[in-house]
Amino acid sequence: MLTTEEIAQIEHEISLVPQRKAACIEALKVVQQHRGWVSDESLKDTATMLGMSAEELDSVATFYNLIFRQPVGRHVILLCDSISCWVMGYEQIRDHLIQKLQIKYGETTPDGRFTLLPNVCLGTCDRAPALMIDDHLYQNVTIEELDDILHHHR
Amino acid sequence: MERPLTKHIHPDREPLSLQEYERVGGYQAVRKALLELSPEVVVTLVKDSNLRGRGGAGFNTGLKWSFVPMGPDVPRPKYLVANADEMEPGTFKDRLLLEGNPHQLIEGMILASYAIGADISYVFLRWAYKKAAQGIVKAIQEAYNAGYLGQNILGTGFSLEMHLHTGVGRYMCGEETALLNALEGKRAMPRAKPPFPQVSGLYGKPTIVNNVETLCCLPHIVNHGAEWFKGLSRTQDAGTKIYGVSGKVKRPGAWELPMGVTIRELVEEYAGGMLDGYKFKGALPGGASTDFLVEQHLDTPMDYTSIAAAGSRMGTGTMIILDDQTCPVGFVHNLQHFFAQESCGFCTPCREGLPWVEKVLLSIDRGEGRPEDMNILDFHTKYLGPGNTFCALAPGAMEPLQSALKYFREDFERHIHDHQCPWK
Amino acid sequence: MPTIYIDNVPYEVTAGKNLLEACLSLGKDLPYFCWHPAMGSVGACRQCAVKIFKDEADTKGRLIMSCMEPVRDNLRLSIEEPEAKEFREHVIEWLMTNHPHDCAVCDEGGSCHLQDMTVMTGHSYRRFQFKKRTYQNQYLGPFLNHEMNRCIQCYRCVRYYKDYAGGKDLDVFGAHNHVYFGRAEDGVLESEFSGNLAEVCPTGVFTDKTLKQHYTRKWDLTMAPSVCHHCSLGCNITAGERYGSLRQITNRYNGEVNGYFLCDRGRFGYEFVNGPARIRKALVRTKLPEAVSREEALQEVTTQLKTARVIGIGSPRASLESNFALKALVGEDNFHSGVSDTDYDMVNMSLKILQSTPARTFSLREVEKADAVFILGEDLINTAPRLGLAVRQSGRQQPLETVMQASIPYWQDAAARELVQEQHGPLFMATLTATKLDEIATATLHASPDTIARLGFAVANLISAGSPEVTHLSEEEQALAEQIAQALVKAKKPLIISGCSTGSEAVLEAAANLTAALHAQNPETGLVLTLPECNSMGLAMLGGHRLDSAFAAIHNGYAEAVIILENNLHRCADKAEVDRFLGKAKQVIVLDHLHHATTEKAHVLLPAGAFSEADGTLVNNEGRAQRFYQVYPTAEDIQESWRWLAQIGQALHVPLMSQWENIDDVNRALMEVEPKFRSLEALAPPAGFRISGQKIPRETHRFSGRTAMFAHHNVSEAKPPQDPDSPLSFTMEGYRGQPPSPITPFFWAPGWNSMQSVNKYQDEVGGHLRYGDPGIRLIEPGQDGLNRYYHDVPEDFQPLKDHLFVLPLPHIFGSEELSSFSPGIAERAPKPYVALNPRDAQTFGLEAGEILSFTLNHQTFRLPVKLYPELSPGTAGVPRGLQDVPFFEVPAWAIILKPEPAWKNQPHTIS
Ligand SMILES: Cc1cc2nc3c(=O)[nH]c(=O)nc-3n(C[C@H](O)[C@H](O)[C@H](O)COP(=O)(O)O)c2cc1C
Ligand code: SF4
Ligand code: FES
Repeated sequence: MLTTEEIAQIEHEISLVPQRKAACIEALKVVQQHRGWVSDESLKDTATMLGMSAEELDSVATFYNLIFRQPVGRHVILLCDSISCWVMGYEQIRDHLIQKLQIKYGETTPDGRFTLLPNVCLGTCDRAPALMIDDHLYQNVTIEELDDILHHHR
Repeated sequence: MERPLTKHIHPDREPLSLQEYERVGGYQAVRKALLELSPEVVVTLVKDSNLRGRGGAGFNTGLKWSFVPMGPDVPRPKYLVANADEMEPGTFKDRLLLEGNPHQLIEGMILASYAIGADISYVFLRWAYKKAAQGIVKAIQEAYNAGYLGQNILGTGFSLEMHLHTGVGRYMCGEETALLNALEGKRAMPRAKPPFPQVSGLYGKPTIVNNVETLCCLPHIVNHGAEWFKGLSRTQDAGTKIYGVSGKVKRPGAWELPMGVTIRELVEEYAGGMLDGYKFKGALPGGASTDFLVEQHLDTPMDYTSIAAAGSRMGTGTMIILDDQTCPVGFVHNLQHFFAQESCGFCTPCREGLPWVEKVLLSIDRGEGRPEDMNILDFHTKYLGPGNTFCALAPGAMEPLQSALKYFREDFERHIHDHQCPWK
Repeated sequence: MPTIYIDNVPYEVTAGKNLLEACLSLGKDLPYFCWHPAMGSVGACRQCAVKIFKDEADTKGRLIMSCMEPVRDNLRLSIEEPEAKEFREHVIEWLMTNHPHDCAVCDEGGSCHLQDMTVMTGHSYRRFQFKKRTYQNQYLGPFLNHEMNRCIQCYRCVRYYKDYAGGKDLDVFGAHNHVYFGRAEDGVLESEFSGNLAEVCPTGVFTDKTLKQHYTRKWDLTMAPSVCHHCSLGCNITAGERYGSLRQITNRYNGEVNGYFLCDRGRFGYEFVNGPARIRKALVRTKLPEAVSREEALQEVTTQLKTARVIGIGSPRASLESNFALKALVGEDNFHSGVSDTDYDMVNMSLKILQSTPARTFSLREVEKADAVFILGEDLINTAPRLGLAVRQSGRQQPLETVMQASIPYWQDAAARELVQEQHGPLFMATLTATKLDEIATATLHASPDTIARLGFAVANLISAGSPEVTHLSEEEQALAEQIAQALVKAKKPLIISGCSTGSEAVLEAAANLTAALHAQNPETGLVLTLPECNSMGLAMLGGHRLDSAFAAIHNGYAEAVIILENNLHRCADKAEVDRFLGKAKQVIVLDHLHHATTEKAHVLLPAGAFSEADGTLVNNEGRAQRFYQVYPTAEDIQESWRWLAQIGQALHVPLMSQWENIDDVNRALMEVEPKFRSLEALAPPAGFRISGQKIPRETHRFSGRTAMFAHHNVSEAKPPQDPDSPLSFTMEGYRGQPPSPITPFFWAPGWNSMQSVNKYQDEVGGHLRYGDPGIRLIEPGQDGLNRYYHDVPEDFQPLKDHLFVLPLPHIFGSEELSSFSPGIAERAPKPYVALNPRDAQTFGLEAGEILSFTLNHQTFRLPVKLYPELSPGTAGVPRGLQDVPFFEVPAWAIILKPEPAWKNQPHTIS
């Protein structure tokens, strides 16, 4: 069941577009903002609100890579794996994270704290390698700094 | 040297508020255009200025606008969309403009909207640009409050709504027709052209999609005229350009420079040269989907015409450097991994071809390649060209590959012959 | 007509098409996947690439997708150019990188478009060395099997299911080379047209699950052209058999009728033919439990009838020939239509209207082109499903005009849909309750039949003052009437649809008035009326008396014996009455293919051929007569009803029947006796028809195993059975070219083994079949010159205290008799229920699922309540024709019984 707050926010998004369905990406974002991810149940509820079938909405949801259809940790680490970060050695950062957190790409730490995902170019190629944790962008990341960075996200 | 677009941008400071922006001449162009110039005159002015789209294709902006149906009986609402999706690997130029001076973009959007008679405008911003999003929301609000947006702007009868839409990730969203699908809440699949968005765009209505940098040029063109704009450039392609360099250079970054600075100037002067111990081997001049240029091209001016003549594309003008200690096979594999993953999955050659290319490159990189694999790569570069695939993603993906096969072929062959990567 | 040059040869082609259509229409072999003639182009698969050249001097040319390129005068293209060929070959290579190559165990094998196209492009060698991706498959219900690994991502399934058929529960998920086509979770596909996926999908992702249970390759089927027996529209089907059982129904293209698509009832309803309820042997009550031979049975019947006065009861689901044979046997005065009183009145009224109205009855193709539609009373998806699908397409007509104005070709499917967004042309629906088409309707009215009729009359009156005025309309109704009138008057091809399912003659009269009024202003006006059964029209045209006069004839001693033709009387009259009648008759002779309540009472029961075992003619709701053909020799003693009756007639020395040897003889007599059938002459080639002295084979030239398939009976190959009734042979021998369209047993062309081969049979792709679409119209507009307005406008519906006006609610799965004996259809049929408006439910103190008790025509019903907010207060809906609900004449007033708490705990029963 969507919360009244979620419903209100989704209704607001719907009011901005010419057809209810057109607000579906915004609606998914609203749900994800509140819950961290979009469960099958939330997806169905959201679809009903938008006058869509679960299929129609899931078709959109599964196309985009930042709508999470599986549970994620409290913090999502998006590690840039595109060209400039690759040139600047992001793979070391990756290996370090994997080793440190003991999870692979797509996995969540057992304490539910971090989910690690690869991500395409974050648009900060002059400060490579880069990663984002939630809304925070980290640039020119070095292995030495990583522990500190992770420490910020409890 | 004039830097109209970035003059008031200080990366370490907050972006200009409305008052600050107005104090340095902001929104004068809107006043001038709306109060003194007809939309047709604005279109002609921009056409004459020879402003070419900064999103990658380099099409004359005024000319593109001129295909929008005008007059009282045309379908409404009409739309203008600022393409701020910037997801091309190696590209970070729009971020600078978006974070640094959102009002400049808004002013450009008002001008473009006025020229094409748009009623509603959107900024389509990529999700990762959190800081830019905050700045834009604030700036749009300020512009509404000041009467630059909304009903009856400056009492001229011209009205314009503006909204920010942030994406949920997919490179395809930057392709203008796929972007429109994303804005409509659909999967970001490209649309067939024709019909062009100018005729049937967002919700089937006439729409123009312009790159952020393109739009940011507009206030200056309106203020100072077409000739002035042309005069900013060193070559026949008008204006300044935001160039960027990333890779193993001393001072990676982005700079607004006269159109037509050379690659050498960019690398050696602005980026401070290669890091010590590294040598320049090649560069993608304008993002991941452009052809490699190599040492012999260092003195090529970075403008649409000259770069095309050298066998590549200006693209976004943000350059990625390949150095001598980085494996070109690994480099290209990384790119193809990106493109394969970002294929929308609609057309066969791209959906099936790119993962194949990616897998072949990986096996070559791992020393598991076979001589036949070179044929498979060549065959893809031949057949994933423009027109053969549905949109420009796959052809773009082939540009770095085909040029790598041209300039660094021995490196590929060596991997295959030696069964290992010489750089590992 | 523009001229295009294909490999330097000039051709004249139809303007406005795309190059792929043009090439295919010219008979060229050009591969494709994502394009579909009924769905247009999207340019996804890139399979149809050709080279085009600027001019004669251009030798380089460029690759384009032929499906996306409009035909232009003087356009030069090459199919054969090496690069184009190579590219097409590589598209297959790409598609095959993930395809499982499981043809040997794939149901599509042998009729697979992907196989055909692979061979066509010449791709044969696999260079892709890596792992294939694999998917989980889904359970999609009783009709379709899902095997996602075979998918080639042409996007046809979602385009068909969502865009074309309006389905919601199938979509595409994921991106890049990980796209998945299916449901959000396992479950029954909801669309009533899901079966078409099996043909729309170019490979084996969606396949016919009923076929899987008795699988046979297409090339091993014995096939014949047939006509669907499961509603009044008469969609054309191909029926295939092996080892004596019917295996599969596929669409048989008819450019005027069903085009490329069937409904699921039509496609999957066939299994009753093989079912346990079949009557396979003649039975004589006095000799039970043993079956008797054909001869003994005939002997018994003739002995019984020699001394008795006999009446006949015909059937709306039996062929014209069988009904006529019965009529000939018992005589005109003694022939009765075996239909309920309501159906009798409704169908006769429909026939009268079609004969007198000056407007054309639209074929389904014409329906798709109608640009404003008003539906009175019919829930089309449930009464005439394929018509509902056609109406969906008609909703695109007006929006498509905007598309043309924007210079977008109509076949640019994605672009056209994008431009018009969710717009639909004018569609107005006045129905008893909510229907699936409501979502595309401009406006809907959910009301009782009388209220619907009043709206119809009101619109008619607004269009022409000749049609009577309707008084006491509410303001809303007046406004709605005006809106509808305006839309219809403005349209180029307005269409009125109504039918028999409400049981209200007033609704039909209103539709007639509307049509007449509109036609006076616009001769392009069309009318479509749907009827209860597949041959309701043929039966009505033959005449015949009411069922109650048959009952009376037995009760008053006028006759002693009755012959009942393919009919379960318990579905058309009250059980008590039928039982009394059957009890009174001294001789009850029943011919049918399924055991049911009526056959139980037979003194002699003769096994009649089901549609796949018989030749015959059906007349559909347009008045189009269509011939269906026997698919395979009948097993045991089964034979066509008309053949049984002819044999009886001959034994009894009925002069008219003395010479009847085959179906042509029956029809000749029919045309002689009943001149209105004279045009049947041209319906189909006679049995003696030969091409180059040859018959037309029902089996493909690859048919396998015929020397072995009966080896367990006899090692020497039996003489092939003869077909006295048609130019079709039961073997693979015969003429190999294309036969005339009415007797095309299957579509096949060299290199084209799948259904897509139909391209080769059409005058142009998506057009008419070469030599004309099968079928002959027997009714001409205004033929009786009696065009007039009906003047009895009903009073508005008034609820009655402690009563409910019970209305029949049709169900695509369950309401039709024969198909409901097929397991898949039975699984989809609803359980018995009574639908109430929530307000009424509240009045009676009932909640959903609780039992409502009522008496209707002396029968007591206890049915669980379903709440239908759209149903008019004061009315109730009961599913029509369910096997578990006894017949009662509706619409009718039911008396509501006080709820007795004890019943609430009882299981749902009906007494
Ligand atoms: C796969 C793909 C991705 C693209 N991404 C972007 C982008 O992120 N930003 C952008 O401005 N243009 C992008 N483009 C180009 C746009 O389609 C379009 O040409 C551009 O926004 C037009 O603006 P302009 O005329 O101002 O250059 C992309 C094109 C393709 C084929
Ligand atoms: S080239 Fe084809 S599959 Fe690739 S992104 Fe474009 S349309 Fe999608
Ligand atoms: S049939 Fe032309 S691209 Fe698919």
